Amino acid sequence: MIEHSELLVDWSRAQFALTALYHWIFVPLTLGLTFIVAIMETLYVKTGDEKWKRTTKYWMGLLAINFAIGLATGIIMEFEFGTNWSNYSWIVGDIFGAPLAIEGLMAFFMESTFFAIMFFGWEKVSKKKHLLSTWLVAIGSNLSALWILVANGWMQHPVGMHFNPDTARNEMTNFWAILFNPNAYSKFLHTITSGYVLATLFVISVSSWYLIKGRNIQFAKRSIMVAASFGLIVSLFNLTTGDDSARQVAMHQPMKLAAMEGLYDGKSAAPIVAFGILNPKKDYLNDEEEFFYKIEIPEGLSLLGFHSFNAYVPGIKQLVLGDKEHNITSTATKLAIGKRAVNALTAYKEAKKSGDEAGAVTALKTFEANSKYLGYGYLDKVEDVIPNVPMTFYAFHVMVSFGFWFIFLFIVMLYLAMTNELEQKRWFLKLALWSLPLGYAAQEAGWIVAEVGRQPWAIQDMLPVGMSTSQISSGSVMFTFWMFAILFTALLIAEVKIMTKQIKIGPKEV
Amino acid sequence: MFEDLSYYLLQEYWWFIISLLGALFVFMTFVQGGQTLLYALGENEDERDLIINALGRKWELTFSTLVMFGGALFAAFPLFYAVSFGGAYYVWMAILFCFIIQAVSYEYRKKPNNVFGSKVYEGLLFINGSLGIFLLGVALATLYTGGNFVVSNMNLSHWTMASYGLEALLNPFNVAFGLMLVFLARVQALLYFYNSLKNKAIEQRILDHLKPNAVVFLLLFLYVLGSILVQDAYGYDAQTKVVSLESMKFLENLLANPLLSLLLVVGVLLVLYALYLANFKFNKKAIWFSGLGTVLVVTVLLFILGINHTVFYPSLADMQSSLTIERSSSSHYTLIAMSYVSLMVPFVLAYIAWAWRVMNREPLSIDEVKNDAHHY
Repeated sequence: MIEHSELLVDWSRAQFALTALYHWIFVPLTLGLTFIVAIMETLYVKTGDEKWKRTTKYWMGLLAINFAIGLATGIIMEFEFGTNWSNYSWIVGDIFGAPLAIEGLMAFFMESTFFAIMFFGWEKVSKKKHLLSTWLVAIGSNLSALWILVANGWMQHPVGMHFNPDTARNEMTNFWAILFNPNAYSKFLHTITSGYVLATLFVISVSSWYLIKGRNIQFAKRSIMVAASFGLIVSLFNLTTGDDSARQVAMHQPMKLAAMEGLYDGKSAAPIVAFGILNPKKDYLNDEEEFFYKIEIPEGLSLLGFHSFNAYVPGIKQLVLGDKEHNITSTATKLAIGKRAVNALTAYKEAKKSGDEAGAVTALKTFEANSKYLGYGYLDKVEDVIPNVPMTFYAFHVMVSFGFWFIFLFIVMLYLAMTNELEQKRWFLKLALWSLPLGYAAQEAGWIVAEVGRQPWAIQDMLPVGMSTSQISSGSVMFTFWMFAILFTALLIAEVKIMTKQIKIGPKEV
Repeated sequence: MFEDLSYYLLQEYWWFIISLLGALFVFMTFVQGGQTLLYALGENEDERDLIINALGRKWELTFSTLVMFGGALFAAFPLFYAVSFGGAYYVWMAILFCFIIQAVSYEYRKKPNNVFGSKVYEGLLFINGSLGIFLLGVALATLYTGGNFVVSNMNLSHWTMASYGLEALLNPFNVAFGLMLVFLARVQALLYFYNSLKNKAIEQRILDHLKPNAVVFLLLFLYVLGSILVQDAYGYDAQTKVVSLESMKFLENLLANPLLSLLLVVGVLLVLYALYLANFKFNKKAIWFSGLGTVLVVTVLLFILGINHTVFYPSLADMQSSLTIERSSSSHYTLIAMSYVSLMVPFVLAYIAWAWRVMNREPLSIDEVKNDAHHY
C-alpha cells in the first residue's frame, strides 16, 4: 500500500505548484490594491472631495473581483499540506501549523469582517469608521502574508526547533526565533513590496488604457499620480529587500544561489550574470562551458551574496563534491551520515517497541551523533541535491530584470504625471499598459526561484519532498491535479473576462 | 499562566477550542443552507438578489471559520491533520472543490461577461450548500465511526482502502450525520432570513418551508444523538495507552460531566424554543436562540470525543492506531505558545459582533440592494 514513487512525488509537487502559481496570480494585487484604495479613501476623508470617493469605489470594485478568486485558490493551499503532504504535516506540523493557525485568527477574520463593511457599509457606519475598516482590510491581508511567509521562511531556514526521536518529528523550542527568523522577514518584506509593485502596475496599466482611449482622463491622471508615487517608493524598497533576500540565500541556501546564477565552479570575486544563455550540456562533473553567451558584472555575485567584492561563492561542483579549502562537506559524506541517522532512528523505535532499553540507549546515541544530516539520509544519490538549474536561473533573471524596468517606468510615469505630459506620450502609455503582464511574470518567477531553487528540500537540509508526501496512489493525485487545473483555468478565464469588462465599463464620472 | 497547566490539560483545552470552532462553523453554515433555498424562497430575480446579498455579507465569515478550524487542527493536533486529510483524500478534495466554487460565485454571479451565466454560479452555490455540507458532515461523522488508517511507530500514516475515504458513504450513521447538517443549515438559514430580510412575500415562504425542514432535521438529529449515546466506542488506558472497546463510552463521558450534560440539554431546548418562537410566535429573534443552542450542542458532542481518555478518531484497520488527543497533539511547548495566541479569540469575537450589529441593524430590503452601488 505504501508508495513513495517518483511519480507520486512529481504529481504531488505539480499539484502544489499549480495551486500556488494560480493563487499567486491574485494575491499580490490584493496585497497592494487594498493599500492603494485605503490611500485613496484617506484622501477622500481628508479633503471631502467626492471624486476621490468615486475613484476609491471604482478600484474597490476591481479589488472585489480579484479578492474572491484569491480566496478560492487560497483555501486549498492550507488543506493541501494535509491532503498531499501528510508526512510533512506530522514531521514538522508542530512548528508549521502554528503560523497557519495564527494567520487564520489574526488575519482572515479581520479581512473578512471588515471586507463586508468596506463594500456594503458606506451608508451604515461613519466616514471614519469606514476608512478604518478599509485600512484594516489592507492590514489584515498583509498580516496574512506575514504569517504565511514566517512559515515559508522557516521552510527555507529552519530555526527554533529540535528533533524528538520519541515522536519522530521536529518540535518547536523557541517561538520567537521562528517569528523573528531573519529569512522570514526578508521574504515577507520582499514579497509584500512586490505585491505593491504589481498593484501599482495594475492601476497604471488600466489608467494608461483610459488615457490612450481618451476617456476618463481626470480619473486616470488622479489614479496614476497616487499609484506612481506609491509605486516608486515601494519598488525602491523592493530592491533593497531583494538584496537582503539574496544575502539570506547566500548564507543558508548556497545551492540555490549557485543555481540562480548558473555557477558550477565556485570562485572568489565572483561576477554576476546580467544576461546569459545557459549551455544545456553542462553538468557539475564535465568541463563544458556554463554559458553559450553571457554579460557579466565583475564581482557582482560576491557583493550581492556577501557584501564583499572578494568573497568566495561556492559552485554546484564544490557543494556536491565538497571543498576542504573552504570547509564544505561533500554531499556523499552527508548522505552517509544521514543514512546512519535514519537507521539508528529506526533501531531506536524498534528497540522501544520491544522493550529493549539497552538497545534503545545505544541506538539513540548513534542517532544523536549523526542527526545533523538526518534529512540527507532520505536521499538516494548525491545529484538529488541539485535543483533544476535552467528554471531557477531564468526565473531569477526574469524577476530581476523586470524589477529594474518597473522602477524606471514608475519614475517616468511620475515625472509625466507631474509635468502633465501623460496624454502626449502615447507610446509610453502603451509601454505602461503592456508592462502589466511583465509584472505577473515577475511575480511567478520570484516564487519559482524560491521554491524550485531549494529542491529537493521541503525543509532546507532537513526534510526532502520525497519523504514529505502523503502515502496515496499517484493516480489519485493525478486525478485531482487535472480537476483543479480545469477548475482554476475556468475561473481564471471568468475572472479576466469580468475584470476587462468592468475596466471597459469604467468609473462613473465622464 | 499556561506554563502552569499540565500537558494533558492543555490538550483538553485545545480539544475544547477545536470543538467550539467546529460548533461555530456549524452555526455559520446557515450561509450554505441559504444557498440551497435560493429558488424555494426567491420567486423572481429581485427576490433572489435580495437573498444572495443577505448571505453575501456573511459568506466570508463562514469561509474564514472553516479555514480557522483547519488551521487550529493543524497547529494543535497535527497527527489528525496528517491521518485524516492525507488518508480520506477523495472526501476532503471533494469538500475543497465545493468551497472553491463558492468563493467566486457571489462576486461573479451578476457581473456582465461572466462566461458561464448567473444560473451556473447559482448552481455552484447550491452544490456548495448541499454536497459541500453533506460531505463535511460525513467527514465529521467519521470521528464517531472511524476511518481505515494505520499509523506506523514513526507516526507516519496510510489509508488501507483505495477509495480513500469515500467508503464512509456506505455507513448509514455517516450519511444521516451529513444530511442532518444540511437540514440544520437550511433551518438556520430560514431563521436568519426571517431575522434579516424585509420582504413580506419571502417571510411567508420562510414560514412555509420552516416546518418541513425542521421536522426532517429533528428526526435526523434524534437518530444521530441516539446512536452516539448508545454506541460502544474506543477508550484507552491512561497508563498503558492501550485502546479497547468500551460500552456506551460517549454516554459515560456525558454522565461523568454533569455540566456537559446540562449544556447539551439546554442547547437542545434552545433550538426547540427557537423553532417554537418562529413557527408559533412569529418572533424574528429565533435565530439567536437556535444559534446559541446549536453552538452548545455541537461543542458538547465534539468535546466528549476527546475527553475522559476517549479515542476521537478510531481506526477501523488497526485499533491501536486510533487517535487520541494525547497521541496526536502538538508538543507541550507549542500548545503553550498557541494557548497565548488563543487569548486573542475574545477580541476577534468582539469585533465580529460589532460588525454584525452595524451591518444587520436594519433588515435588508430589495430597495437597499438596488441602491447599493456594490451588490452581488
